[in-house]
Amino acid sequence: MAQVDEKKPRRWHIAVFLAPAVLVYTAIMILPLFGTLQLSLFKEIDNNQVFVGLQNFRTLFGDERWAASFWNALQNNTVFFIIHMLVQNPIGILLAALLSSPKLRLRSFYRTAIFIPTILSFVIVGFAWKLILSPIWGIAPDLLQMVGLKSLFAPWLGKEQYALVTLSLISVWQFVGIPMMLIYAALLSIPDEVIEAAECDGITGFSQFWKIQLPLILPSIGIISVLTFVGNFNAFDLIYTAQGALAGPNYSTDVLGTLLYRTFFGFQLQLGDPNMGSAIATAMFLVILIGVCIYLFGIQTRLRRYQF
Amino acid sequence: MKHVFTKSLLLTSMVAAAGLVQAEDVTLTIESWRNDDLTIWQDTIIPAFEAENPGIKVEFTPSAPAEYNAALNSKLEAGSAGDLITCRPFDASLSLYDDGHLAPVQDLDGMKNFSSVAKSGWSTDDASVTFCVPMASVIHGFIYNADAFEEVGVAVPTTEAEFFAALDKIKADGNYLPMAMGTNDQWEAATMGYNNIGPNYWKGEEGRLALIKGEQKLTDEGWVAPYRQLAKWKDYLGDGFEAQTYPDSQNLFTLGRAAIYPAGSWEISGFNAQAEFKMGAFNPPVMNAGDECYISDHTDIALGMNTKSENPEAAKTFLNWVGSAAFADLYANALPGFFSLSDHDVKMADPLAQEFVSWRSKCKSSIRSTYQILSRGEPNLENDTWNASVAAIKGTETAEEVSARLQKGLASWYKPQM
Repeated sequence: MAQVDEKKPRRWHIAVFLAPAVLVYTAIMILPLFGTLQLSLFKEIDNNQVFVGLQNFRTLFGDERWAASFWNALQNNTVFFIIHMLVQNPIGILLAALLSSPKLRLRSFYRTAIFIPTILSFVIVGFAWKLILSPIWGIAPDLLQMVGLKSLFAPWLGKEQYALVTLSLISVWQFVGIPMMLIYAALLSIPDEVIEAAECDGITGFSQFWKIQLPLILPSIGIISVLTFVGNFNAFDLIYTAQGALAGPNYSTDVLGTLLYRTFFGFQLQLGDPNMGSAIATAMFLVILIGVCIYLFGIQTRLRRYQF
Repeated sequence: MKHVFTKSLLLTSMVAAAGLVQAEDVTLTIESWRNDDLTIWQDTIIPAFEAENPGIKVEFTPSAPAEYNAALNSKLEAGSAGDLITCRPFDASLSLYDDGHLAPVQDLDGMKNFSSVAKSGWSTDDASVTFCVPMASVIHGFIYNADAFEEVGVAVPTTEAEFFAALDKIKADGNYLPMAMGTNDQWEAATMGYNNIGPNYWKGEEGRLALIKGEQKLTDEGWVAPYRQLAKWKDYLGDGFEAQTYPDSQNLFTLGRAAIYPAGSWEISGFNAQAEFKMGAFNPPVMNAGDECYISDHTDIALGMNTKSENPEAAKTFLNWVGSAAFADLYANALPGFFSLSDHDVKMADPLAQEFVSWRSKCKSSIRSTYQILSRGEPNLENDTWNASVAAIKGTETAEEVSARLQKGLASWYKPQM
């Protein structure tokens, strides 16, 4: 690359500026990733790590119980993701559209208020919602009573059929600020001329959003979908703080993250098994990799981009 | 620049080494998960030991209970763990011994004061080697609100029929929630539910050992019946018990809103501080009047020695002291609810703790059924028991269904049960 123009001095500053990020990222992300992949190919036999090839994966997918836990967790992850896609992102887009409306007052207040839960710790969000929804001390039953709908109240986090949806909605509440902000930024970057031209052509209001703005923010929606996908398949914190490592009731909220945690570190009397844990982590990595690749090569290349 | 850095590193390490040489006292460090007990160790237990053994200093350095096992394992691997290691019962500590991290202690003088049941939590399967000195056990039973019992007019139940009659009466009265327990955190259902009432059905050690030997199955009557009783509890728990957490249950009881609390003795000091009413305790009611009663008197905590300790003699001195009557007395009184496992005659001041420990003389003691050997494989029997107990209480599965499921899981890896 230096040969192109020999008079030009080597641009050392690029390497220097890149170095901190590359070094830190390599040390805390890339090396551990390969360490995990390696660990998943070994098994502890008589206190020695022995190379066993893909045997851990055969156990994970072949053994009736392991496979059942794995597919259950993957399915829960998928439900978690679908709920985010169906609820979080449309609401995020809607909020962004409302925020970008020139008639709205107190805009920065709404923007801040909606974004604040995103910066809260999972632990705070988990415990706060557990208290809100608590059948004993929570305000949810009282609020429902005030509007005469007490009969609708159920101990949602404790019922198998509702727990996962409840947790997904809590997570949506927490993170709806992120799609809102990204879409809001994308909407602001649409030049006024385009909007004005649309208005001249008589396209206003909802059809303006639908026909002009939405196509222009599609790339941002794509990025948000990928972020949501990666975030949701890596989910762990909220479920761990709200339901514990056993992801109750009856594993109905067990995601790959909690399954990995229990397997890798052990739980109560269950001793940790780093090798099987790494196998699960590797499977998680592959699921996410495949998902992201499908997006990058299948969807993103087909998105039309507009240059202004 | 680099030289300066290396020099300063060298200098600091030399200063540190010099500091060690200068100190004549030997310092012992204790690893523990009991961070709740930090002040008790610092103010009561350690000063008592140091007064008796000049020249040995002791430091208690606990970590958070949930992180303890993982943190300890990493420290042991890295060689930076303390001299004395607080031992979890059974396999967690056994694997530390197998990996060569814990030294055998059965030949210490202090070990003479412990029965074989007390040592069972920290011995190899053939009981030839013991690797931790037992410190304390916890006993299961029911704590009740004595004022509520008097107000409603129920007597302390001794049989199952009386127990459910009392619950019915409290429920009919309506002022108190009959029983404070939830299933959100799952473990209470197994620990304070199944393993609390179970020993009466499977006859304590007799059934537990038969299960380990493969002579009994989890589908036998003694192991199914406790689930049948748990299924009846549902009607006496609060609204929305499915989402009720462990702290919720504790608060419901100490606020005086519930009459009975399925308990472990570790609750005593917390309840003494919180509750403003008179409390009592009763052991799990037996099936028929006059039946022999069994209690879960679970070996919970012990102390072992790091094989890499630089002060093995001082560590042994401390472990011997842990086996002494003086320590038993100090510990049991500083932490009511953690009962000494030694044969010493320990006098406890706390009335509730006295009530719990009095059951040892009238009932037969056993430990939790899932802890020894049976939770070694995958699926883990203890974790499955949590799940099964919750399912039984909620009524999503019958007692027979959960037992069949547990037996199938156990038989899938445990040879004597195949």
